[in-house]
This record gives sequence, C-alpha cells and structure tokens, in this order.
Amino acid sequence: MQLNITTDKKYIISGIIILVFIVIIVKLFYIQIVDSRYKFSANNNVLRYITQYPARGLIYDRNGELLVANQVVYDLMIVKNQVKPFDTLEFSSMLGLTVEQVKDAFEQVRKQKGYSPRKSVVLLKQISDSSYARLQEVLYKYQGFEVLPRTVRTYPRRIAGHLFGYVGEVDESVVKEQPYYQQGDYIGINGIEKYYENQLRGVKGVNIFMVDVHNRIKGPYEEGRFDSIAKVGKNLISTIDADLQEYGEKLMINKIGSVVAIEPKTGEVLAMISSPTYNPELLVGRNRTDNFRILQNDSLKPIFNRSIMALYPPGSTFKVVNALIGLQENVLAPSTRYSCYGRYTVGRGVGCHNHPSPLDLEHSIAASCNTYYCHVFRNIIDKREFSSIEDGFNNWKQHVESFGYGNKLGIDLPNELKGIVPSVNFYNKYFRKGGWSSLTIISLSIGQGELGTTPLQMANLVSAIANKGYYYTPHIVKDIEGNDEIDHKYYEKHVTSVDSSYYKYIINGMDLAVNAPAGSGSTARIAAIPDILVCGKTGTSQNPHGEDHSVFFAFAPKDDPKIAIAVYVENAGFGATWAAPIASLMIEKYLKDSISRPYLEEYLLNANLLDRRAKRK
Amino acid sequence: MQKGSKLVNNLDWTTIFIYILLVFMGWMNIYAAVYSEEHSNILDFSQRYGKQLVWILFAFIIATVIMLSDTRLYMVFSYLFYGLVIAMLLGTLVLGKTVNASKSWLQIGSFGLQPAEFAKFATALALAKLMGPYGFKLNNIKSYLKVFVLIALPAGIILLQNDTGSALVFGAFIFILYREGLPGWILVFLIFLVGLFIITLIYSPISILVFLYILTLVVFVLQTRKYKDAFRFTFGIVGIGLLVYLVSELFDYKMPKSYYFFIPVIMGIVIAFIYGFANRIRHVYIWAAFLTVSIMASLSVDYVFHSVLDVHHQKRINDLLGIESDPLGWGYNVSQSKIAIGSGGFIGKGYLGGTQTKYNFVPEQSTDFIFCTVGEEWGFIGSFVILGLFLYLLLRLIRIAERQREGFARVYGYGVVSILFFHIVVNIGMTVGVFPVIGIPLPFFSYGGSSLWAFTILLFILLKLDSDRFGH
Repeated sequence: MQLNITTDKKYIISGIIILVFIVIIVKLFYIQIVDSRYKFSANNNVLRYITQYPARGLIYDRNGELLVANQVVYDLMIVKNQVKPFDTLEFSSMLGLTVEQVKDAFEQVRKQKGYSPRKSVVLLKQISDSSYARLQEVLYKYQGFEVLPRTVRTYPRRIAGHLFGYVGEVDESVVKEQPYYQQGDYIGINGIEKYYENQLRGVKGVNIFMVDVHNRIKGPYEEGRFDSIAKVGKNLISTIDADLQEYGEKLMINKIGSVVAIEPKTGEVLAMISSPTYNPELLVGRNRTDNFRILQNDSLKPIFNRSIMALYPPGSTFKVVNALIGLQENVLAPSTRYSCYGRYTVGRGVGCHNHPSPLDLEHSIAASCNTYYCHVFRNIIDKREFSSIEDGFNNWKQHVESFGYGNKLGIDLPNELKGIVPSVNFYNKYFRKGGWSSLTIISLSIGQGELGTTPLQMANLVSAIANKGYYYTPHIVKDIEGNDEIDHKYYEKHVTSVDSSYYKYIINGMDLAVNAPAGSGSTARIAAIPDILVCGKTGTSQNPHGEDHSVFFAFAPKDDPKIAIAVYVENAGFGATWAAPIASLMIEKYLKDSISRPYLEEYLLNANLLDRRAKRK
Repeated sequence: MQKGSKLVNNLDWTTIFIYILLVFMGWMNIYAAVYSEEHSNILDFSQRYGKQLVWILFAFIIATVIMLSDTRLYMVFSYLFYGLVIAMLLGTLVLGKTVNASKSWLQIGSFGLQPAEFAKFATALALAKLMGPYGFKLNNIKSYLKVFVLIALPAGIILLQNDTGSALVFGAFIFILYREGLPGWILVFLIFLVGLFIITLIYSPISILVFLYILTLVVFVLQTRKYKDAFRFTFGIVGIGLLVYLVSELFDYKMPKSYYFFIPVIMGIVIAFIYGFANRIRHVYIWAAFLTVSIMASLSVDYVFHSVLDVHHQKRINDLLGIESDPLGWGYNVSQSKIAIGSGGFIGKGYLGGTQTKYNFVPEQSTDFIFCTVGEEWGFIGSFVILGLFLYLLLRLIRIAERQREGFARVYGYGVVSILFFHIVVNIGMTVGVFPVIGIPLPFFSYGGSSLWAFTILLFILLKLDSDRFGH
C-alpha cells in the first residue's frame, strides 16, 4: 500500500513536469509557426529600407531647349530616439525659423501616421540652400538629425505652366491604390507631369541595411541581394516651340483667352497658351501650397487651362464646317450665290453685316455672310433624301464630329473636355419630338447656339483644313527618351467625312478673307503678313457672359501649311480686332522668327483688356 | 583499480552524455549571441564565449573531483555545507556587490561569485540529511517546521538581497515534500491558490467571490448529494443580500456595494458551520474553511501585489496577463524575446544567422535570455529538441532518485529535480511569455561560472550518490 502511493506520486510529479513542458511547447509552436506577427516585427526591428529617389526626367522643347529641369533641395530628417537635448535657439536661428516653429514641426512629426521614434522621418521639408550650408557644418553636434537631398523642379524659361503641370506629394488615396508610392513621395499632379508620370518618375531604388538595437547600420542585408538600383526618369522632348510659346504668352498678357498652334502635318502642338498664365516656379517647393491657394482663389482662374478645358461657341469660324458639309452633301456648289440684304429673314431671322451681295462660296467665307450659311445649313438638314429632320440632323452631326468636335481629341494632357455637339435627343427633350426644325436651330449655321468647342478643337479644325481633309491627334510630347515611339494613336491619320477635293474652295475663301484687296468685304485683312500667304477666318462668338469673344483661326503658308492656329480672346469683340493680329504675329514669329510689323506688336502688348473688363463691371 | 571500474560501470552515462551535450550547445549559443565579425576567435578570452570555455573546463574538473570523492562526505557534512552557504549569503548581504539592483555577488579579488547559486544544492543536501532517515515522517507540525526553517532561511536571506528570482527557486522544494508525504490535496490547494491569485489580478473580486461560492457549492453537492440543502442555502444567501440592500437603501447607510455580497457570504459561512455541526457533516467544515481561506487569499491579493511585490514585478506580471502593455518599457525584454524566437519560424535562421540576437535587440541574451538564440537560429525544431532533452533529463533524474535505496539519496535526487525543473521551466517560460520575467539562468546553457558550477555540483553529487547505490 505504502509503496503504491509513493509510485503514484512519482507519476504525478512526472505528469506535472510533462504537462508544463507541453504548455511551453504549445506556446513555442504558436509564436514560431502560427503567429506571423513576430516575423514582421523582426524585420521592422532589424531592416532599414533606405529609398534611393531617382531624378525625375527632364522636359525639352522641340528644338532641344531645356524647359523643365531638376534642382536639389534638402529635407531635414530626424530619428527621434537618437535626438539628444540640444540648443533649440541656435538650431532654429540656423534654419531661419523661430523656436516655436521648430517645436511645432516636432509636434507635427509626432502626429504623423505610422510615426516611429526609431525611424527616420522628415522634420522640415526643402530647407533653403543657405540654411543647409550653415547646418551642414554643425550637424555633427545634433545627434539624430540628417539631411536628405531631394530634387524639385525648376523652370529655366518660366513658361507653359499649364502644360507642364506640377509635382507634389502624393495623396493618401494614391498611396492606397498604387503601392509604388509611399507617404512623402512626389508625383506629377497636372499637365505633362501627370500624363507622363510613369515615364518621368523613373524607378525608386532601395538599399536594405541591417541595423542593431541603436539603429546603427551594421551592413547590407543578405549582401545586398534584395537591393535595387534607382532608375532615372526618362527625358521627354515636347512638341512645344519655346520661343513661340513665350511670344504667345507675352501677346496674351492682360487678355483672357487661349491660343493653340499645331503643326498640321504631324498634329504636334507648337504652342498652347492659356491666359492669364502663371509662373510655374510658384508651384515648386515649400510655398507651393500657399501659392496654389492664391492662384486658385484668383477670379481670372490662372490655373485653369483654357486651351483644353474651356468651352466656347465657335462663332463664324464654324461656317467653313457647314460649307464643307454642304459641298459633300451636294447641296452647295462653289458657284452657288445667295443674296443678302443684311438679314436672313425666314423665321425669327438672323442678322448680317454690310458686305457686297450676292456672294459665291469663296467670297461668303471671306465676308463671313450669315445669310449665306443659313441657306446652306437648312439645305443640309432639310435635304430631300432624309425622311425626317432627325435623320438630316444626325447626318450633319456625324460630319461635324468627323472634324474632332464633340469628343475628346485625345491629347496627352489630363482633363481635356470633349466639347458639345447637340444631339437629336437634346432637341427632342428641349422642345419636343417633332417640335423643332432646321429653322429652330438655325444658330448652328453660324456656330452659335448649342455648340461648345475647346480652342484645341478649333486649332485641330484648321489643321484638318490645311491638310485638306485629315488630321493627326494633337499631342504635346514627340519623343520619350529610350522609347522608339510615342503612343501609337498619335501616328494615326483621322480622315474627315468631307472629300479632300472640296477643301480648296474653303481654303481660297480663307485666303480671300485675309488677303483680298480693301473694300471687298474681307474680314481679316489685319492678319495679312508680307511674303506669307495666310489663310484665316474670323469669328465673333456671342456668349451669355458679356461682350462677344474675339475668335480667329488660320494656317500658313497656304501652299505648304506649317502652322495652324486658333485664337480666342474672351469678351474682346470682333475677331478681327484682337484675335486676328495675335494669330498673325505668332505665324510670322514661327515662320520667319522676326516681326515685320512692330506697330502691331506694340498695339497688342499695350492692350489691356482686363482694364476694359473691370471698367464695364 | 577494481573500485575505479566499478565507478565507471555504475555511473549513469546517459545523464552525463545529456549534460555534456547541453553544456556544449549552451556554449554554441553563447558564441552566437555574442558573435560579431570582429571577434570570431573562439579562444578570445575577452569575450564571453572564451570565458565560458574556461568555466566549462573548470566545471569538468569539479565533476571529476566529485566523482573521485567519497559519498559519505556529502552525507556527513550536509549541515556544514548548509551552514557555510548561509554564512556566505549573510556575508554577501553585508559585503556584496550590487548588480542589476540585487546585492547577490560576492567579490573575491577579480572573481565574482553568486552564493545564491550554491545555496540551492546545499539546501537540497540539508533537506536530504533531515528527511532521508527512515524515522522521519511528514505527519506532525514539528517535522514541517524543521523543513520549513531549512528552506525559508536561505530563501529569506536571498530575498533580502533583492534577488527574488533565486528565492522563488526554493519554492520548488514542494516536490520533495510531496514525494516524502505531504498530502496531495495541499499541493492541489496551493496550485489553486496560485491560480486564484492570477485570476484575481484579472477579474473583479465580486466575480471571484461568486465563482468561489459556486465552486464550493458544486463540490459540496457532488460530495454529499444534498441538492435541496444547497438550493435552500443559495436562496438564503441571495435573500440576505437583498435584505442588506433594502436596509441600506431604506435607512440610507452609505455602505460600499461590495458589502451586499460580503455580508451574506460571511453570514452564510457562519450558518454553514452551524448547519454542519447540527447535521454532523464533516465535509461542510472543510468546504466552509476552503471558502474562507480562498476569499481571504483573494482579498489579500491586492495587498500582496501592491505592497509586497516590487513595481517591476507588478509590471512584469501585468504584462504577462495582458492587463498592461508597454512593449518599449517594462515589456521590452519579453516582447523582443518573443520577436526573436517567433521570427525563427519552423527551422530557424541557421546558426549565427539570427538578426535579433546578433544585433542586441534582446537584452541579457547570453545569460537569462539565452533561449532566444536557440529559438531564433534553430527554430521550432531546435527548441523542441532542447526542451525534449531537458524533459528527458528530468524524467531520467526522477528514475535515478526512485531507484535509490537510501532515503538521503532519494530526497536529494528530488531536490535536484525540483531545482532544475523550476529553472528550466521558468527561464524558457519567460522567454516565450508563459511566465513573468524572473531573472534566473537556464541550467547548463546560460553564460556564467557560478551557475554552471553550481548546477554541475548539484547534478554530479546525485550521480556520485547513484553510482554508490549498491555500496555501503
């Protein structure tokens, strides 16, 4: 009996020991195999990822001039754990800040998401060169601080802010969607910087180091097997002619509007001006946010790229489209003449201005006769072969859209608008089904009414006319370093629905508009350039926001078009007054690189249409 | 010569083999923990692995000397050793050097010694001397008192040195007591009280009270099958509780809410005693007493925890129980230790491939947290193997203890088992977060001369006693 009890006890003791060992083994199994949390923590403990930021690609103009370059700035980083008490006053004054500002920065850092006192975080962004120079000499005194060079943009010519866009820190939403980016990375936010972000940014590299408990680097992780080298961003060659762009921006000073110039043979955008413009340097560096707010609150909307985001009625320039459609539809012959007594009298009627009458097609363009185009438009819509107005209208709409209207052209810039070409549905809803006729929508004949086009679409239209019936999608980048070609869509020819044989009459009409002798009723004689045959068409687009917009589009030279241009000057009255001379000077600048009419230039540079606008108000 | 071959034949070579294996693997891990490219020569005596090599050599010499000594030496001089160690402990208390807030080092020239390490085997010897003789029975207060004094004296002095971890080791001698006659229910009750202590730290006293009451009642019903009485009793207690509540509300005595529970329970216990007396049921006394002791223990937890334990003990316990978390402060050791072990995964990062231990994320990694290196570099497999070796060693030692004919050797054997078990389990347990952090070394593994020698002496005296089991 006694023996039995003692052997029992032996087993109980053994049992207790075994039980406790099992508990420990289960726990070991749990933390070593089941729970992966500890592995992450171990890597966080010991691995330090040092990102190598590649330099962003540069942007050149079409002649190889550097337009967007990089500049080194310095971010002041801290590792909170390593910071020892220091002389805040000396430190602050070195950075050109007050003690409060520095304390505030520390406070901000602590509030950051994912902040760790053992990791390097940005304390102050983009400290100035002089601060850096002062700081560098004494940095050894401040433990836990380091300076990290980063690059920001700089713009040697300070032009074309709208086209380049700008670079800023990524949003949290982008970080979530695209794992490439991390908080604090830079990303292109608008313009080319945004559209070509993937090419420009390059590829970040990373060096993985092992650190000890004091965050001291002990050497590369796995002999650098997982390290990657940063790849520099690709340089871009834009289609922009820097001189032309700058000249256009100069001419547009104190005017609101837009100028778009395209090389018709390629669709390359030579200049794209949206006025008022802004100095791109304002959106660089530490003051970017403040400056952005100022620009954004400006009533003239300088950040808004009117060239692709503003919708204007095309006005009389649209008459050439109707003429082309009329010819194609066989409801108009070059010799067709309509009389005009200052008004198209059917229905509510459309007024016209004083010019010789009757006119044939070419002269109707030169004189921009409204009556003529009311006839043409009604003949197109009410053509006998169509059983209803809806079919007639749809046919017209298809023609119009083949010129690039009503849809995004597909330029390589973000936020392009598609413009407005009304639909049958729209009129059925606006009036009622069967409640409208060609007469109801007669404004479309002269480019008014429910039409909206961007200046880019206007320039593209001239380009198509200059090419006698086709265009290439306008684009702003012609070459990406290291790539054989740009997006294939920019090499595709878009053919309009109007046969190329009809274009000569329109071109002759536009020639007459500019180059006919005085007294012939030609509307755009101010645009004529000695030695260069400019073909153009004025427009005066009525709009609900005050005085008419001054519109002009043109191409030159007539026989071998090298530039097609569209100019909008908001609330500036007749096309001939402001838009035509601007286009003319720009064509001359581009083709001859010199200005033969300094008086005209003077007249434009001194014009301040903003004052006029302000006075009216 | 004949005597020599008898010694060789009777030695438990399995245990010796495990001992050598553990010491060797311990050294490998110390090397890995301290390892850096600059110091890679294993004979670099400025580094811990170099020094440990010397300690190991000495340990082997000590082991050999013990093997060649006479067994009777330990039996005869047990109390002398014990007295010597007590004197050393007291000396340390006066002259000792303070390391990590505990005054447990005795400096002799350039050589530091931790008498607490040697107090363990000396106490085991003294207990063996006391409890070994056939006439000793653990059935009277006097016997218990003698045993208690033998254990409490060194433990108390070590506690005064502020070395709580080492003092707690003496609690492990409960195994000897149990083996030598301590009733099993006391062991169970003690385990229950420890559990109660932990539960009380986590849950509110009221819920503990309800838990204890239900537990008592269930056991009572199971034992006596008096369902009706149990129900009546419960109704009565709830009734008293309601009455107390009503009285306090009506007369607006502002008594603490816990009184609504305590008053009926105390009255209930009194009634239970009367009930048991009237019905002549002995069990009722026992269970009422159990309830009383449990409640008092539970109520005293708060006091013990905050007044007896140091702040760092409190924090470590809170950290373990998940009451309070501070991975960069109090919980730093354990959280880093778990990260190191956890990151080892199934097969580990390979020898010398550990990053957490190599770059010093784990504090005390060559002494108390040596197991982190094992966990990180050798993974679950390695940890499992080492735990298996330790377990096998302990079970083997129980077998050795049980095969002794002499009471002295058996008691001493269980002493060895108790000490090793406590060290192994608490040390590894704290690195994986099963036990609160108590700074005691892992036998044969941790860096340090004193602990290695003390464990060697502890183990080899038993092996010597074992080899002589057929003699005398």
